[in-house]
Amino acid sequence: MIGLFHLLTVSAFLFAVGIYAVLAKKNAILMLIGIEFMINAGVLNLVAFGRYDRAFYGGQTFALFAIVLAAAAVAVALAIILNVYKHYKSIDPDDVTDLRD
Amino acid sequence: MTVDLLLFYVLAITAVGSALLIVSIKNLVRSLFLFFVTLFAIAGLYVFALADFIAVTQVIVYVGGVLVLMLFAFMLSNRTLLGDIQLGAKGIFALPKWQAVIIAIAFLALLIAVVSQIAHHEPDWITQAKNRQTFILPQDNTIHHLGIHLMTRYVLPFEVVSVFLMMALMGAAHLARKEEQSS
Repeated sequence: MIGLFHLLTVSAFLFAVGIYAVLAKKNAILMLIGIEFMINAGVLNLVAFGRYDRAFYGGQTFALFAIVLAAAAVAVALAIILNVYKHYKSIDPDDVTDLRD
Repeated sequence: MTVDLLLFYVLAITAVGSALLIVSIKNLVRSLFLFFVTLFAIAGLYVFALADFIAVTQVIVYVGGVLVLMLFAFMLSNRTLLGDIQLGAKGIFALPKWQAVIIAIAFLALLIAVVSQIAHHEPDWITQAKNRQTFILPQDNTIHHLGIHLMTRYVLPFEVVSVFLMMALMGAAHLARKEEQSS
């Protein structure tokens, strides 16, 4: 059996990589990948703690919900990225200077 | 060191290493395909946490859906991306975006500190679960219990998520439509 400590350590590393991607990358798609890393680290934590909840399976159920919400967020974010690309001809977030047309 | 711990660490190093490679590589196409490797390795980690259904869902939703969407978005906006080379700052700090590196490492240190505290004094409910032997065992049929709980105890979040998914679908279609009838 893998202990709780190992899983939490791995998810901490994934979360740090996700933060780096969101902060440093000049590309909206890579920033989205960073957000996905952070969501996956959170799901890993839910699953790791959910192993000790055999009565209600709360961790695993909410891990499922988190995966579904992440997929919906990706769909909306990619639609926004495509709109931004159509308007600015670039997906560098630094180029996007105003919200209106 | 037992075999399962060894396998776990192989998967963990694959996940974290390919994630680091994704954020450090220059070519966006390569990093998008490396994202496959990371997601599969994370699915393997879910299996080690005894959540096999979550692992299968991860493979179906992320690898089948999210990654294909990202490839579409990449191909629809790749005019500038292929020539996209991010040059780091020259000089003392050879790392690109060293501030982001510092923040990420600081956050990692914080998280590791919290995790090691949890490892030293366990939360009470985990100790109780260990004493009563009420944690999920490898021979348990998790999918059976997960289905029953999803339809009884967690039916309200399930319905809320379904409504949310429909809203996200309509919103994404509305955002991505061609603008013709209105300005």
